Amino acid sequence: MATTTSDRMEVRSSDDVVRVRQQVRARAVEVGLSLVDQTKIVTAASELARNMLDYGGGGVTTIEVVSDGMRRGLRLVFEDTGPGIADIELALKDGFTSGSGLGLGLGGAKRLCNEFSIDSKPGEGTRIVCARWK
Amino acid sequence: MDRIPILKLGNALLVTIQVDMHDRLATALQEDLTEKIVSARARGVLIDISALEIVDSFIGRMLDHIAAISRMLDAETVVVGMRPAVAITLVELGLSLSGVKTALNVERGMELIKRRLDETEVADGDDDE
Repeated sequence: MATTTSDRMEVRSSDDVVRVRQQVRARAVEVGLSLVDQTKIVTAASELARNMLDYGGGGVTTIEVVSDGMRRGLRLVFEDTGPGIADIELALKDGFTSGSGLGLGLGGAKRLCNEFSIDSKPGEGTRIVCARWK
Repeated sequence: MDRIPILKLGNALLVTIQVDMHDRLATALQEDLTEKIVSARARGVLIDISALEIVDSFIGRMLDHIAAISRMLDAETVVVGMRPAVAITLVELGLSLSGVKTALNVERGMELIKRRLDETEVADGDDDE
């Protein structure tokens, strides 16, 4: 898999979440994702960036335009050095929340991505990757 | 700080969300709207989201809260103008906005509110208003 462009964005406030959304949208258009797919990945980015802000104490989002043979896609990486997720399986369940949200964030975001992975170590942080292919 | 304008439309209030919402703006809207419902004696709130390219769980929660608060102040909330791609994404996300009424556009949303008003007026016909 080759990476064409890569944007690195700090997420430290609610305004940064808005900026991440705008940049993901711009890149999704560039890759040529359909309107529905654009909407899905921008929504996933919004959920994951906000999660990172609310539970991980902020972090970094990397937006990559990737290609794999003929296919092009968008790969988003969310990294924080927050408390980590103790039970990933539980955190992915709808209805799970450790804060005031609806508990749809992680599981919902996963459904909006073609590829999704979580790496997390309690006390060290969390790394979430979400990709959507054209 | 930015504020989202609230317009009076007959017995209802119309809010058109055009900007990317963030926390402070959402909180300000909730406060402004509840005050306006009381001061304008509004019976309905129309929230036009046709300009929104996405609705995430944060916005969804805000819409749910507004609907619940308005209901307590005896006003019905109708969310109008949702884009098709947003509807598809919301359902996949798992957010069905079950506490919020929806209509295709402002006109249909107004009809929904009027219908509800007619029903309640028949029910309490001795009311002075």
